[in-house]
Amino acid sequence: MSRPEIQVSDLHKSFGDNQVLKGIDLEIGQGEVVCVIGPSGSGKSTLLRCVNLLEEPTKGQVFVGGTEITDPDVDIDAVRRRIGMVFQQFNLFPHLSVTENLTLPQRRVLGRDKAEAARIAAENLARVGLSEKADAYPSSLSGGQQQRVAIARALAMGPEVMLFDEPTSALDPELVGDVLAVMRRLAQEGMTMMVVTHEMTFAREVADRVVFMDGGVIVEDGNPAQVIGDPQHERTRHFLSRLLDPAMAEVEEGTSDRVGKDRS
Amino acid sequence: MTDTGTQLQPSRPKKKRLTRRQKRRLSRGVQYVVFVAAVAAFAATADWGRLRNQFAQGSIARQMFPDVITLALKNTVLYTLSGFVVGLVLGMVIALMRLSSVGPYRWLATVYIEIFRGLPALLIFIFVGVAVPLAFPGTEIVGGTYGKVALALGLVSAAYMAETIRAGIQAVPKGQMEAARSLGFSPAKAMVSIIVPQAFRIILPPLTNELVLLFKDSSLVLFLGVTLEERELSKFGRDLASTTANSTPILVAGLCYLLVTIPLSYVVRRMESKSQEAIR
Repeated sequence: MSRPEIQVSDLHKSFGDNQVLKGIDLEIGQGEVVCVIGPSGSGKSTLLRCVNLLEEPTKGQVFVGGTEITDPDVDIDAVRRRIGMVFQQFNLFPHLSVTENLTLPQRRVLGRDKAEAARIAAENLARVGLSEKADAYPSSLSGGQQQRVAIARALAMGPEVMLFDEPTSALDPELVGDVLAVMRRLAQEGMTMMVVTHEMTFAREVADRVVFMDGGVIVEDGNPAQVIGDPQHERTRHFLSRLLDPAMAEVEEGTSDRVGKDRS
Repeated sequence: MTDTGTQLQPSRPKKKRLTRRQKRRLSRGVQYVVFVAAVAAFAATADWGRLRNQFAQGSIARQMFPDVITLALKNTVLYTLSGFVVGLVLGMVIALMRLSSVGPYRWLATVYIEIFRGLPALLIFIFVGVAVPLAFPGTEIVGGTYGKVALALGLVSAAYMAETIRAGIQAVPKGQMEAARSLGFSPAKAMVSIIVPQAFRIILPPLTNELVLLFKDSSLVLFLGVTLEERELSKFGRDLASTTANSTPILVAGLCYLLVTIPLSYVVRRMESKSQEAIR
Protein backbone atom coordinates (compact mmCIF):
# COMPACT_ATOMS: atom_id res chain seq x y z
CA MET A 1 0.00 0.00 0.00
CA SER A 2 1.19 3.52 -0.73
CA ARG A 3 1.87 5.91 2.12
CA PRO A 4 -1.17 6.59 4.26
CA GLU A 5 -3.04 9.84 3.58
CA ILE A 6 -3.67 10.33 7.29
CA GLN A 7 -1.39 8.89 9.90
CA VAL A 8 -1.89 9.37 13.62
CA SER A 9 0.63 7.98 16.06
CA ASP A 10 0.51 7.87 19.84
CA LEU A 11 -1.85 10.85 19.99
CA HIS A 12 -2.74 12.20 23.43
CA LYS A 13 -5.00 15.12 24.21
CA SER A 14 -6.00 16.51 27.59
CA PHE A 15 -8.26 19.40 28.52
CA GLY A 16 -6.84 20.35 31.89
CA ASP A 17 -7.02 17.20 33.99
CA ASN A 18 -9.47 15.57 31.63
CA GLN A 19 -7.59 13.10 29.48
CA VAL A 20 -9.69 12.79 26.33
CA LEU A 21 -7.33 10.89 24.02
CA LYS A 22 -5.03 8.29 25.54
CA GLY A 23 -2.71 7.18 22.80
CA ILE A 24 -4.38 6.83 19.40
CA ASP A 25 -2.71 5.08 16.48
CA LEU A 26 -4.57 5.21 13.19
CA GLU A 27 -3.76 5.08 9.49
CA ILE A 28 -6.09 6.00 6.67
CA GLY A 29 -5.01 5.14 3.14
CA GLN A 30 -5.68 7.16 0.00
CA GLY A 31 -9.29 6.91 -1.07
CA GLU A 32 -10.26 5.10 2.08
CA VAL A 33 -13.47 5.96 3.93
CA VAL A 34 -13.21 5.46 7.66
CA CYS A 35 -16.14 5.94 10.02
CA VAL A 36 -15.35 6.64 13.65
CA ILE A 37 -18.11 5.58 16.02
CA GLY A 38 -18.40 5.54 19.78
CA PRO A 39 -20.37 6.90 22.72
CA SER A 40 -20.38 10.64 23.41
CA GLY A 41 -17.31 11.67 25.33
CA SER A 42 -15.26 8.86 23.81
CA GLY A 43 -12.95 11.40 22.17
CA LYS A 44 -13.92 10.78 18.55
CA SER A 45 -14.67 14.42 17.72
CA THR A 46 -11.48 15.50 19.48
CA LEU A 47 -9.52 13.00 17.40
CA LEU A 48 -11.02 14.43 14.22
CA ARG A 49 -10.29 18.00 15.31
CA CYS A 50 -6.68 17.03 16.04
CA VAL A 51 -6.29 15.89 12.43
CA ASN A 52 -6.61 19.48 11.20
CA LEU A 53 -5.19 20.95 14.37
CA LEU A 54 -8.35 22.72 15.52
CA GLU A 55 -7.27 21.07 18.76
CA GLU A 56 -3.59 21.09 19.58
CA PRO A 57 -2.53 17.56 20.59
CA THR A 58 -0.83 17.26 23.97
CA LYS A 59 1.51 14.58 22.67
CA GLY A 60 2.00 12.51 19.55
CA GLN A 61 2.17 13.09 15.82
CA VAL A 62 -0.31 13.60 13.01
CA PHE A 63 0.67 13.34 9.34
CA VAL A 64 -1.60 14.40 6.51
CA GLY A 65 -0.44 13.67 2.96
CA GLY A 66 3.07 13.07 4.26
CA THR A 67 3.33 16.44 6.05
CA GLU A 68 3.68 16.36 9.81
CA ILE A 69 1.07 18.90 10.89
CA THR A 70 2.07 18.63 14.55
CA ASP A 71 5.49 20.07 13.63
CA PRO A 72 5.47 23.56 15.21
CA ASP A 73 7.18 25.02 12.13
CA VAL A 74 4.67 23.74 9.60
CA ASP A 75 2.51 26.31 7.75
CA ILE A 76 -0.79 25.16 9.19
CA ASP A 77 -2.86 27.40 6.90
CA ALA A 78 -1.26 25.78 3.86
CA VAL A 79 -1.92 22.28 5.24
CA ARG A 80 -5.52 23.07 6.10
CA ARG A 81 -6.20 24.02 2.48
CA ARG A 82 -5.69 20.36 1.66
CA ILE A 83 -8.07 19.21 4.41
CA GLY A 84 -11.79 19.85 4.06
CA MET A 85 -13.77 20.02 7.27
CA VAL A 86 -17.52 19.69 7.73
CA PHE A 87 -19.02 20.60 11.10
CA GLN A 88 -22.05 19.38 12.98
CA GLN A 89 -23.40 22.95 13.10
CA PHE A 90 -22.58 23.67 9.39
CA ASN A 91 -20.88 26.98 10.26
CA LEU A 92 -21.76 28.67 7.01
CA PHE A 93 -20.95 32.37 6.93
CA PRO A 94 -24.40 33.93 7.53
CA HIS A 95 -23.48 37.34 6.12
CA LEU A 96 -22.61 35.89 2.72
CA SER A 97 -24.80 34.31 0.04
CA VAL A 98 -24.36 30.65 -0.82
CA THR A 99 -22.14 31.47 -3.79
CA GLU A 100 -20.10 33.95 -1.77
CA ASN A 101 -19.63 31.30 0.91
CA LEU A 102 -17.89 29.24 -1.76
CA THR A 103 -16.05 31.99 -3.62
CA LEU A 104 -14.69 34.12 -0.77
CA PRO A 105 -12.40 31.41 0.67
CA GLN A 106 -11.13 30.51 -2.79
CA ARG A 107 -10.28 34.12 -3.55
CA ARG A 108 -8.87 35.12 -0.17
CA VAL A 109 -7.01 31.89 0.57
CA LEU A 110 -6.11 30.43 -2.82
CA GLY A 111 -5.93 33.74 -4.70
CA ARG A 112 -8.19 32.54 -7.50
CA ASP A 113 -9.68 35.28 -9.66
CA LYS A 114 -13.35 36.11 -9.54
CA ALA A 115 -14.39 34.24 -12.69
CA GLU A 116 -12.53 31.06 -11.81
CA ALA A 117 -13.83 31.07 -8.24
CA ALA A 118 -17.39 31.51 -9.51
CA ARG A 119 -16.98 28.67 -12.00
CA ILE A 120 -15.63 26.29 -9.35
CA ALA A 121 -18.36 27.37 -6.93
CA ALA A 122 -21.05 26.61 -9.52
CA GLU A 123 -19.51 23.20 -10.24
CA ASN A 124 -19.49 22.23 -6.60
CA LEU A 125 -22.99 23.52 -5.93
CA ALA A 126 -24.14 21.33 -8.81
CA ARG A 127 -22.24 18.44 -7.23
CA VAL A 128 -24.34 18.71 -4.05
CA GLY A 129 -27.51 19.40 -6.03
CA LEU A 130 -28.07 22.98 -4.92
CA SER A 131 -27.42 25.05 -8.03
CA GLU A 132 -30.79 26.74 -7.68
CA LYS A 133 -29.84 28.07 -4.23
CA ALA A 134 -26.75 29.93 -5.47
CA ASP A 135 -28.07 33.37 -4.55
CA ALA A 136 -29.89 32.40 -1.34
CA TYR A 137 -28.60 33.25 2.12
CA PRO A 138 -27.84 30.44 4.59
CA SER A 139 -30.65 31.44 6.96
CA SER A 140 -33.24 30.71 4.26
CA LEU A 141 -31.99 27.13 3.76
CA SER A 142 -32.98 24.00 5.62
CA GLY A 143 -30.37 22.31 7.81
CA GLY A 144 -29.78 19.63 5.20
CA GLN A 145 -29.27 22.22 2.47
CA GLN A 146 -26.92 24.21 4.69
CA GLN A 147 -24.85 21.12 5.35
CA ARG A 148 -24.63 20.34 1.63
CA VAL A 149 -23.49 23.92 0.97
CA ALA A 150 -20.89 23.46 3.72
CA ILE A 151 -19.65 20.31 1.96
CA ALA A 152 -19.53 22.18 -1.37
CA ARG A 153 -17.61 25.01 0.29
CA ALA A 154 -14.99 22.57 1.55
CA LEU A 155 -14.81 20.80 -1.84
CA ALA A 156 -14.32 24.09 -3.70
CA MET A 157 -10.91 24.38 -2.05
CA GLY A 158 -9.86 21.15 -3.77
CA PRO A 159 -9.00 19.16 -0.63
CA GLU A 160 -7.21 15.80 -0.68
CA VAL A 161 -8.93 14.69 2.52
CA MET A 162 -12.38 15.39 3.94
CA LEU A 163 -13.18 15.31 7.65
CA PHE A 164 -16.79 15.11 8.81
CA ASP A 165 -17.67 15.86 12.43
CA GLU A 166 -21.11 14.32 13.03
CA PRO A 167 -22.42 15.95 9.82
CA THR A 168 -26.01 14.72 10.27
CA SER A 169 -26.42 14.97 14.04
CA ALA A 170 -27.99 18.44 13.97
CA LEU A 171 -30.45 17.59 11.20
CA ASP A 172 -34.10 16.66 11.29
CA PRO A 173 -34.35 12.94 10.50
CA GLU A 174 -35.98 13.43 7.12
CA LEU A 175 -33.11 15.67 5.93
CA VAL A 176 -30.31 13.24 6.81
CA GLY A 177 -30.67 11.25 3.59
CA ASP A 178 -29.72 14.09 1.22
CA VAL A 179 -26.52 14.80 3.09
CA LEU A 180 -25.56 11.13 3.27
CA ALA A 181 -26.24 10.79 -0.46
CA VAL A 182 -23.75 13.56 -1.18
CA MET A 183 -21.20 11.90 1.08
CA ARG A 184 -21.77 8.50 -0.53
CA ARG A 185 -21.15 9.99 -3.97
CA LEU A 186 -17.98 11.62 -2.68
CA ALA A 187 -16.78 8.28 -1.34
CA GLN A 188 -17.47 6.61 -4.69
CA GLU A 189 -15.43 9.30 -6.42
CA GLY A 190 -12.44 8.19 -4.38
CA MET A 191 -12.18 10.93 -1.75
CA THR A 192 -10.27 10.06 1.40
CA MET A 193 -12.80 10.55 4.19
CA MET A 194 -12.78 10.38 7.95
CA VAL A 195 -16.32 10.53 9.30
CA VAL A 196 -17.39 10.77 12.91
CA THR A 197 -20.96 9.59 12.84
CA HIS A 198 -23.84 7.79 14.51
CA GLU A 199 -25.30 6.70 11.16
CA MET A 200 -24.71 2.95 11.31
CA THR A 201 -26.35 2.28 7.97
CA PHE A 202 -24.01 4.73 6.30
CA ALA A 203 -21.01 3.24 8.10
CA ARG A 204 -21.99 -0.29 7.10
CA GLU A 205 -22.63 0.51 3.45
CA VAL A 206 -20.11 3.19 2.59
CA ALA A 207 -17.16 2.84 4.94
CA ASP A 208 -14.13 0.74 4.10
CA ARG A 209 -13.33 0.58 7.79
CA VAL A 210 -15.11 1.30 11.03
CA VAL A 211 -13.22 2.41 14.12
CA PHE A 212 -14.93 2.08 17.50
CA MET A 213 -13.64 4.41 20.21
CA ASP A 214 -14.41 4.43 23.90
CA GLY A 215 -12.77 6.23 26.80
CA GLY A 216 -10.10 7.87 24.64
CA VAL A 217 -8.75 4.72 23.01
CA ILE A 218 -9.52 2.74 19.87
CA VAL A 219 -11.26 -0.41 21.01
CA GLU A 220 -11.95 -2.01 17.69
CA ASP A 221 -10.86 -1.31 14.12
CA GLY A 222 -11.87 -3.36 11.12
CA ASN A 223 -14.18 -3.72 8.17
CA PRO A 224 -17.78 -2.64 8.81
CA ALA A 225 -19.29 -6.09 8.54
CA GLN A 226 -17.01 -7.26 11.31
CA VAL A 227 -17.12 -4.27 13.69
CA ILE A 228 -20.84 -3.61 13.35
CA GLY A 229 -22.04 -7.10 12.44
CA ASP A 230 -19.85 -9.19 14.67
CA PRO A 231 -18.12 -7.01 17.28
CA GLN A 232 -15.37 -8.74 19.22
CA HIS A 233 -15.39 -6.54 22.30
CA GLU A 234 -18.02 -6.32 24.96
CA ARG A 235 -17.89 -2.49 24.94
CA THR A 236 -18.57 -2.40 21.21
CA ARG A 237 -21.45 -4.84 21.53
CA HIS A 238 -22.92 -2.84 24.37
CA PHE A 239 -22.67 0.45 22.48
CA LEU A 240 -24.16 -0.98 19.30
CA SER A 241 -27.05 -2.64 21.05
CA ARG A 242 -27.98 0.63 22.70
CA LEU A 243 -27.60 2.55 19.44
CA LEU A 244 -29.48 0.14 17.21
CA ASP A 245 -32.31 -0.44 19.63
CA PRO A 246 -32.45 2.44 22.14
CA ALA A 247 -35.90 1.47 23.33
CA MET A 248 -34.58 -1.81 24.68
CA ALA A 249 -31.91 -0.27 26.91
CA GLU A 250 -32.20 -0.94 30.61
CA VAL A 251 -31.63 1.65 33.30
CA GLU A 252 -28.11 1.05 34.48
CA GLU A 253 -25.74 2.84 36.75
CA GLY A 254 -22.63 4.75 35.84
CA THR A 255 -21.98 3.46 32.36
CA SER A 256 -23.00 5.37 29.29
CA ASP A 257 -22.64 8.90 30.62
CA ARG A 258 -19.68 8.20 32.80
CA VAL A 259 -17.32 10.40 30.80
CA GLY A 260 -20.11 12.88 30.35
CA LYS A 261 -18.19 15.38 28.25
CA ASP A 262 -19.18 15.57 24.61
CA ARG A 263 -16.81 17.82 22.78
CA SER A 264 -18.89 18.22 19.65
CA MET B 1 -61.56 35.43 68.54
CA THR B 2 -64.25 35.38 65.96
CA ASP B 3 -61.67 36.24 63.33
CA THR B 4 -59.64 33.08 63.76
CA GLY B 5 -61.47 31.35 61.00
CA THR B 6 -60.68 33.96 58.37
CA GLN B 7 -57.07 34.23 59.51
CA LEU B 8 -56.58 30.56 58.95
CA GLN B 9 -58.14 30.85 55.52
CA PRO B 10 -56.66 34.00 54.03
CA SER B 11 -57.97 33.14 50.59
CA ARG B 12 -61.54 33.81 51.64
CA PRO B 13 -62.24 37.50 50.98
CA LYS B 14 -63.28 39.62 53.94
CA LYS B 15 -66.43 41.51 53.37
CA LYS B 16 -65.98 45.03 52.01
CA ARG B 17 -62.51 44.20 50.67
CA LEU B 18 -61.88 45.64 47.18
CA THR B 19 -61.68 43.12 44.40
CA ARG B 20 -58.58 43.08 42.23
CA ARG B 21 -60.34 44.87 39.43
CA GLN B 22 -61.60 47.59 41.76
CA LYS B 23 -58.11 48.10 43.17
CA ARG B 24 -56.67 48.44 39.70
CA ARG B 25 -59.33 50.93 38.74
CA LEU B 26 -58.76 52.97 41.89
CA SER B 27 -54.98 53.05 41.42
CA ARG B 28 -55.30 54.21 37.84
CA GLY B 29 -57.87 56.81 38.82
CA VAL B 30 -55.53 58.26 41.43
CA GLN B 31 -52.71 58.49 38.91
CA TYR B 32 -54.87 60.37 36.43
CA VAL B 33 -56.07 62.79 39.11
CA VAL B 34 -52.51 63.59 40.19
CA PHE B 35 -51.47 64.11 36.58
CA VAL B 36 -54.36 66.42 35.72
CA ALA B 37 -53.81 68.39 38.94
CA ALA B 38 -50.12 68.88 38.17
CA VAL B 39 -50.82 70.07 34.61
CA ALA B 40 -53.54 72.41 35.82
CA ALA B 41 -51.32 73.86 38.54
CA PHE B 42 -48.54 74.47 36.02
CA ALA B 43 -50.88 76.09 33.49
CA ALA B 44 -52.36 78.35 36.15
CA THR B 45 -49.11 79.51 37.71
CA ALA B 46 -46.96 79.88 34.56
CA ASP B 47 -46.55 83.34 33.15
CA TRP B 48 -47.49 82.47 29.56
CA GLY B 49 -46.86 85.84 28.05
CA ARG B 50 -43.39 86.01 29.50
CA LEU B 51 -42.60 82.46 28.44
CA ARG B 52 -43.70 83.13 24.90
CA ASN B 53 -41.67 86.28 24.86
CA GLN B 54 -38.56 84.54 26.17
CA PHE B 55 -38.67 81.28 24.24
CA ALA B 56 -40.77 81.76 21.13
CA GLN B 57 -40.08 85.08 19.52
CA GLY B 58 -40.78 84.59 15.86
CA SER B 59 -38.64 87.47 14.68
CA ILE B 60 -35.54 86.28 16.55
CA ALA B 61 -36.10 82.71 15.41
CA ARG B 62 -36.42 83.88 11.80
CA GLN B 63 -33.29 85.93 12.13
CA MET B 64 -31.35 82.72 12.94
CA PHE B 65 -32.06 81.22 9.56
CA PRO B 66 -30.42 80.12 7.37
CA ASP B 67 -27.17 80.30 9.41
CA VAL B 68 -28.37 77.95 12.12
CA ILE B 69 -28.65 75.24 9.48
CA THR B 70 -25.99 76.10 6.91
CA LEU B 71 -23.35 76.98 9.48
CA ALA B 72 -24.15 75.73 12.96
CA LEU B 73 -25.85 72.43 12.18
CA LYS B 74 -23.38 71.77 9.39
CA ASN B 75 -20.45 72.25 11.78
CA THR B 76 -22.07 70.08 14.45
CA VAL B 77 -22.50 67.29 11.92
CA LEU B 78 -18.95 67.77 10.65
CA TYR B 79 -17.46 67.66 14.17
CA THR B 80 -19.51 64.60 15.03
CA LEU B 81 -18.63 62.64 11.92
CA SER B 82 -14.92 63.41 12.09
CA GLY B 83 -14.86 62.44 15.77
CA PHE B 84 -16.81 59.27 14.97
CA VAL B 85 -14.38 58.24 12.23
CA VAL B 86 -11.34 58.82 14.46
CA GLY B 87 -13.06 57.00 17.31
CA LEU B 88 -14.07 54.08 15.11
CA VAL B 89 -10.58 53.53 13.71
CA LEU B 90 -8.91 53.96 17.09
CA GLY B 91 -11.60 51.88 18.79
CA MET B 92 -11.11 49.06 16.27
CA VAL B 93 -7.37 49.04 16.95
CA ILE B 94 -7.90 49.06 20.71
CA ALA B 95 -10.53 46.32 20.50
CA LEU B 96 -8.14 44.10 18.55
CA MET B 97 -5.36 44.90 21.04
CA ARG B 98 -7.72 43.99 23.84
CA LEU B 99 -8.27 40.57 22.22
CA SER B 100 -4.60 40.07 21.36
CA SER B 101 -2.66 37.10 22.65
CA VAL B 102 0.23 39.46 23.42
CA GLY B 103 -0.08 40.55 27.06
CA PRO B 104 1.29 44.11 26.85
CA TYR B 105 -1.20 44.96 24.07
CA ARG B 106 -4.07 43.76 26.23
CA TRP B 107 -2.84 45.75 29.24
CA LEU B 108 -2.32 48.91 27.21
CA ALA B 109 -5.82 48.63 25.72
CA THR B 110 -7.36 48.03 29.13
CA VAL B 111 -5.55 51.02 30.63
CA TYR B 112 -6.68 53.23 27.76
CA ILE B 113 -10.29 52.13 28.07
CA GLU B 114 -10.36 52.58 31.84
CA ILE B 115 -8.79 56.05 31.66
CA PHE B 116 -10.88 57.49 28.87
CA ARG B 117 -14.15 56.01 30.07
CA GLY B 118 -13.47 57.42 33.52
CA LEU B 119 -12.72 61.01 32.50
CA PRO B 120 -15.36 63.63 31.67
CA ALA B 121 -15.41 64.47 27.97
CA LEU B 122 -15.04 68.14 28.92
CA LEU B 123 -11.68 67.43 30.54
CA ILE B 124 -10.46 65.76 27.34
CA PHE B 125 -11.52 68.81 25.36
CA ILE B 126 -9.64 71.10 27.72
CA PHE B 127 -6.68 68.76 27.55
CA VAL B 128 -6.57 68.82 23.75
CA GLY B 129 -7.40 72.52 23.49
CA VAL B 130 -5.27 73.94 26.30
CA ALA B 131 -2.91 71.44 27.88
CA VAL B 132 -1.36 70.08 24.70
CA PRO B 133 -0.51 73.49 23.17
CA LEU B 134 0.88 74.65 26.56
CA ALA B 135 2.93 71.53 27.12
CA PHE B 136 4.31 71.30 23.61
CA PRO B 137 4.61 74.83 22.29
CA GLY B 138 4.92 74.93 18.55
CA THR B 139 3.02 71.72 17.96
CA GLU B 140 0.04 72.23 15.74
CA ILE B 141 -2.82 69.75 15.62
CA VAL B 142 -3.60 69.16 11.98
CA GLY B 143 -6.83 70.69 10.78
CA GLY B 144 -7.07 73.49 13.33
CA THR B 145 -10.28 73.43 15.36
CA TYR B 146 -11.70 70.62 13.24
CA GLY B 147 -8.63 68.51 13.94
CA LYS B 148 -8.79 69.26 17.66
CA VAL B 149 -12.47 68.34 17.88
CA ALA B 150 -11.96 65.17 15.86
CA LEU B 151 -9.11 64.21 18.18
CA ALA B 152 -10.93 65.02 21.41
CA LEU B 153 -14.19 63.32 20.40
CA GLY B 154 -12.22 60.46 18.89
CA LEU B 155 -10.21 59.87 22.07
CA VAL B 156 -13.36 59.78 24.17
CA SER B 157 -15.50 57.65 21.88
CA ALA B 158 -12.69 55.21 21.02
CA ALA B 159 -12.79 53.87 24.58
CA TYR B 160 -16.52 53.15 24.39
CA MET B 161 -16.40 51.87 20.83
CA ALA B 162 -13.49 49.57 21.64
CA GLU B 163 -15.60 47.84 24.28
CA THR B 164 -18.57 47.67 21.91
CA ILE B 165 -16.50 46.24 19.07
CA ARG B 166 -14.85 43.72 21.39
CA ALA B 167 -18.25 42.55 22.59
CA GLY B 168 -19.40 42.29 18.97
CA ILE B 169 -16.41 40.22 17.95
CA GLN B 170 -16.90 37.92 20.91
CA ALA B 171 -20.59 37.55 20.07
CA VAL B 172 -19.76 35.93 16.72
CA PRO B 173 -20.06 32.16 17.30
CA LYS B 174 -16.78 30.30 17.79
CA GLY B 175 -17.65 27.98 14.90
CA GLN B 176 -17.22 30.85 12.44
CA MET B 177 -13.54 31.23 13.30
CA GLU B 178 -13.10 27.45 13.25
CA ALA B 179 -14.75 27.19 9.84
CA ALA B 180 -12.59 29.98 8.45
CA ARG B 181 -9.39 28.50 9.88
CA SER B 182 -10.34 25.06 8.51
CA LEU B 183 -10.61 26.59 5.04
CA GLY B 184 -7.05 27.86 5.36
CA PHE B 185 -7.69 31.47 6.40
CA SER B 186 -4.91 32.93 8.56
CA PRO B 187 -6.16 34.37 11.86
CA ALA B 188 -5.84 37.92 10.50
CA LYS B 189 -7.64 37.17 7.23
CA ALA B 190 -10.40 35.31 9.07
CA MET B 191 -10.84 38.30 11.37
CA VAL B 192 -11.08 40.77 8.49
CA SER B 193 -13.21 38.76 6.04
CA ILE B 194 -15.42 36.69 8.32
CA ILE B 195 -15.54 37.84 11.94
CA VAL B 196 -15.48 41.65 11.79
CA PRO B 197 -18.22 41.97 9.13
CA GLN B 198 -20.50 39.86 11.30
CA ALA B 199 -19.48 41.71 14.45
CA PHE B 200 -20.43 45.03 12.84
CA ARG B 201 -23.92 43.78 12.07
CA ILE B 202 -24.32 42.92 15.71
CA ILE B 203 -23.01 46.26 17.00
CA LEU B 204 -24.65 48.59 14.48
CA PRO B 205 -27.33 49.69 17.00
CA PRO B 206 -24.88 50.50 19.85
CA LEU B 207 -22.55 52.22 17.38
CA THR B 208 -25.40 54.41 16.19
CA ASN B 209 -26.19 55.21 19.81
CA GLU B 210 -22.57 56.26 20.18
CA LEU B 211 -23.06 58.56 17.20
CA VAL B 212 -26.01 60.18 18.98
CA LEU B 213 -23.89 60.67 22.11
CA LEU B 214 -21.08 62.20 20.06
CA PHE B 215 -23.54 64.48 18.33
CA LYS B 216 -24.43 65.91 21.72
CA ASP B 217 -20.86 65.93 23.02
CA SER B 218 -19.75 67.99 20.02
CA SER B 219 -21.26 70.96 21.90
CA LEU B 220 -18.16 70.88 24.11
CA VAL B 221 -16.34 72.64 21.27
CA LEU B 222 -17.63 75.69 23.12
CA PHE B 223 -14.64 75.35 25.42
CA LEU B 224 -12.01 75.29 22.71
CA GLY B 225 -12.60 78.84 21.59
CA VAL B 226 -13.79 78.90 18.00
CA THR B 227 -14.03 81.47 15.26
CA LEU B 228 -17.37 82.68 13.96
CA GLU B 229 -17.14 80.31 11.03
CA GLU B 230 -16.45 77.36 13.28
CA ARG B 231 -19.43 77.75 15.60
CA GLU B 232 -21.73 74.80 16.06
CA LEU B 233 -25.29 74.67 17.40
CA SER B 234 -24.70 75.25 21.11
CA LYS B 235 -22.21 78.05 20.70
CA PHE B 236 -24.30 79.62 17.95
CA GLY B 237 -27.41 79.51 20.13
CA ARG B 238 -25.65 80.84 23.19
CA ASP B 239 -24.00 83.72 21.32
CA LEU B 240 -27.27 84.80 19.83
CA ALA B 241 -29.06 84.41 23.13
CA SER B 242 -26.66 86.82 24.80
CA THR B 243 -26.75 89.39 21.98
CA THR B 244 -30.54 89.38 21.81
CA ALA B 245 -31.02 88.86 25.58
CA ASN B 246 -33.63 86.27 24.68
CA SER B 247 -33.86 82.49 25.06
CA THR B 248 -35.42 81.76 21.69
CA PRO B 249 -32.06 80.88 20.04
CA ILE B 250 -31.45 78.21 22.72
CA LEU B 251 -34.81 76.66 21.93
CA VAL B 252 -34.15 76.70 18.18
CA ALA B 253 -30.68 75.18 18.66
CA GLY B 254 -32.22 72.50 20.85
CA LEU B 255 -34.81 71.69 18.20
CA CYS B 256 -32.02 71.35 15.65
CA TYR B 257 -30.35 68.70 17.83
CA LEU B 258 -33.60 66.82 18.17
CA LEU B 259 -34.08 67.02 14.41
CA VAL B 260 -31.13 64.65 14.10
CA THR B 261 -31.15 62.64 17.33
CA ILE B 262 -34.80 61.57 17.31
CA PRO B 263 -34.71 60.04 13.78
CA LEU B 264 -31.38 58.37 14.62
CA SER B 265 -32.81 56.88 17.80
CA TYR B 266 -35.77 55.66 15.80
CA VAL B 267 -33.42 53.99 13.32
CA VAL B 268 -31.59 52.31 16.22
CA ARG B 269 -34.86 50.93 17.60
CA ARG B 270 -35.80 49.63 14.17
CA MET B 271 -32.44 47.92 13.80
CA GLU B 272 -32.69 46.41 17.27
CA SER B 273 -36.11 44.91 16.67
CA LYS B 274 -34.95 43.64 13.28
CA SER B 275 -31.88 41.96 14.72
CA GLN B 276 -34.10 40.41 17.38
CA GLU B 277 -36.07 38.79 14.58
CA ALA B 278 -32.93 37.74 12.73
CA ILE B 279 -31.51 35.75 15.64
CA ARG B 280 -31.38 32.24 14.37
